[in-house]
Amino acid sequence: MTGRSLFDNRLLCGAIGVAGLFCLAELAGRTGLIDPIVFPLASSVVGRAVGLAADVDFLADVASTLGAWAVGLLLTVLIAVPVGFLLGTLPWVETSLRPVLEFLRPIPSVALIPLALLLFSDRFDMKVAVIVYAAWWPVLINTMYGLKDVDPLAKETLRSFGFGPMAVLWRVSLPSTAPFIATGVRLAAAIALILAISAELLAGGSSGIGTFILEAGSSPDALEYTVAATIWAGAIGVISNSLFTLAERRLFHWHLARTEGAR
Amino acid sequence: MLEISNLTHVYGSGPGAHHALGGVDLKVAQGELVCIVGPSGCGKSTLLRSIAGLLHPTGGTVTLGGKPVERTPDDLAVVFQDYSRSLFPWMSVGDNVALPLRRKGMDRPRRREAATEALEQVGLAGAEGKYPWQLSGGMQQRVSIARALAYRPALMLMDEPFGSVDAQTREDLEDLTLRVRSHHDMTILLITHDIDESVYVGDRVVVLSKAPATVVGDLRVDLPGPRDQITTRENPEFVHLRAEVGRLVRGMRDDPGAAS
Repeated sequence: MTGRSLFDNRLLCGAIGVAGLFCLAELAGRTGLIDPIVFPLASSVVGRAVGLAADVDFLADVASTLGAWAVGLLLTVLIAVPVGFLLGTLPWVETSLRPVLEFLRPIPSVALIPLALLLFSDRFDMKVAVIVYAAWWPVLINTMYGLKDVDPLAKETLRSFGFGPMAVLWRVSLPSTAPFIATGVRLAAAIALILAISAELLAGGSSGIGTFILEAGSSPDALEYTVAATIWAGAIGVISNSLFTLAERRLFHWHLARTEGAR
Repeated sequence: MLEISNLTHVYGSGPGAHHALGGVDLKVAQGELVCIVGPSGCGKSTLLRSIAGLLHPTGGTVTLGGKPVERTPDDLAVVFQDYSRSLFPWMSVGDNVALPLRRKGMDRPRRREAATEALEQVGLAGAEGKYPWQLSGGMQQRVSIARALAYRPALMLMDEPFGSVDAQTREDLEDLTLRVRSHHDMTILLITHDIDESVYVGDRVVVLSKAPATVVGDLRVDLPGPRDQITTRENPEFVHLRAEVGRLVRGMRDDPGAAS
C-alpha cells in the first residue's frame, strides 16, 4: 500500500530518480570508475552550481541570456501568430508561401548563426534574430493547426446572430485556437533558450550563459564550472517549461476538460 | 412574416451535383410554430440555412418581414442540434447567452440581466457561472434555447433541436419550447425528422419530399391546448395526424393501400 502510493506520486518518483543518478555518479567518481580529473565528482559539481547561484557575474550572464530569450519569444509570438492567422484563413497565401516554408523549415537554426553574425553587428540583436527564426516554427505551425481545428458550427452559430467575419475571427477562431498557440509558445520557449545559449557559445560576446561557459574553459576548475553552468541552463529550461504548463492549465482548463472528457 | 418562393439549391455542378431543394414554396404567418418534416437528407437543413442567410440559394427568394434575405437577418436566432459544438466552451453559460446581445448594442449590465432572465425561463436559474461542458446534454440545449430567447428574435429557427438528447429530455424540451413561445411573440420554424414531435409541437406541419425537396404536404394541427405529453398523444386527432404525416413522409400520399 505504502509502496504503491509512493510510486504514484510523480514528484517523489522523479526526486528518487534524480537522487539515484546523483548517487551513482558520485559512487563512480569515488570508486575510481570515472577519474575525477577526467570528469568532476557529482558533489563538487553541485557545490559549484550552488556557489554560482550567489555569483554576481554568473547571475548577470543568466539575466543577459534570459533578456534575449524573453525579447525573442515576445517577438516570435507577435510575428508568428498573425502570420499563422493569415496563412490559416487565406488559402491562397498558404498555397503560395508553402514551398518557401517547406524549404526553410528543415534548415538547422544553429547553422544560421554565422549568417546572423554577418548581418547583425549587435550581439543582442543577433541572438534575438536567431531565436525568433528558430522559435517561430512551433508557434506558426500550431496556430495554423489550431485554426483548422476551429469548429465550423461554432463559427456558423456566431454568424447566425449576424456577426461579421472579423467578429467571428476575434470571438470564435482566436479563443478556440488559443490553447494550440499556447502549446506552440511553450515549445518555442525551450527552443529559444537552446538558441540563445548556442548563439552565445558560437559567437562569444560579452555576456550570457554560453559566454560564461566559454570563458570558464580557461579557469583551473574549467570542468566543474562548465558542468555547473550547464546544469543551470537545464534547470532554467525545466522551470520555464513548468511555468508555461501551469499557465496553460489555468487559462485553458475548458480545453483540457473537453479533450479529456472526449476520451 | 416569412415567405419562401420557388427556392432551389444545388450543391456542386455537373453530373455530380446534388439538388437539395427543388422549388420550395412556404408562407409562415406571424406567431406561428411551423414544423418541417421530411426524410433524412432531404434538404431540411439547406432550407434552414437559406432562411438564416448562412448560404446563398441558387434560385428563388426568401423574404422575411417584407425584406429579401441576403445576409443574416437581424432579428433571427438559430438553435442548432449539436449544442456541444454550438456553445462556446471557453465562456461561462451566462457569457454564452449574453454574447449575441452585443449585436443589439446593449451594455454589459443589461446583457447580464437579459441572460439571467432567459436562463430562468428555461429552468436554469443560477447556472450563469457554470461552463457548458459541466452541464448535461439537455441542460446545454436549454442554454442554446436561452441564448436564442435572450436575443428576442422575431423568428427562431430550430434545426433538429432535440435530436441529440434522450427521450425523457426530449419531451421536457418540447414542452419547454411550447411554454416559452406562449410568453414571447415569436415565430418558430422547427425542423425535425420525428413525425410525432412535429405534430405534438407544431401549429402546422409542412412535409418535404426527398431531395430535391418540394413541399408535399401542409397540415394544420388543431389539437386542444395546453398540450400534454400523455393526453395530447392519445387524442384521436393526434393519432390521425401522425399517420397522415407519416404517409406523406414515406411518399405514400393519401392512399395507404397503394404502396406496399
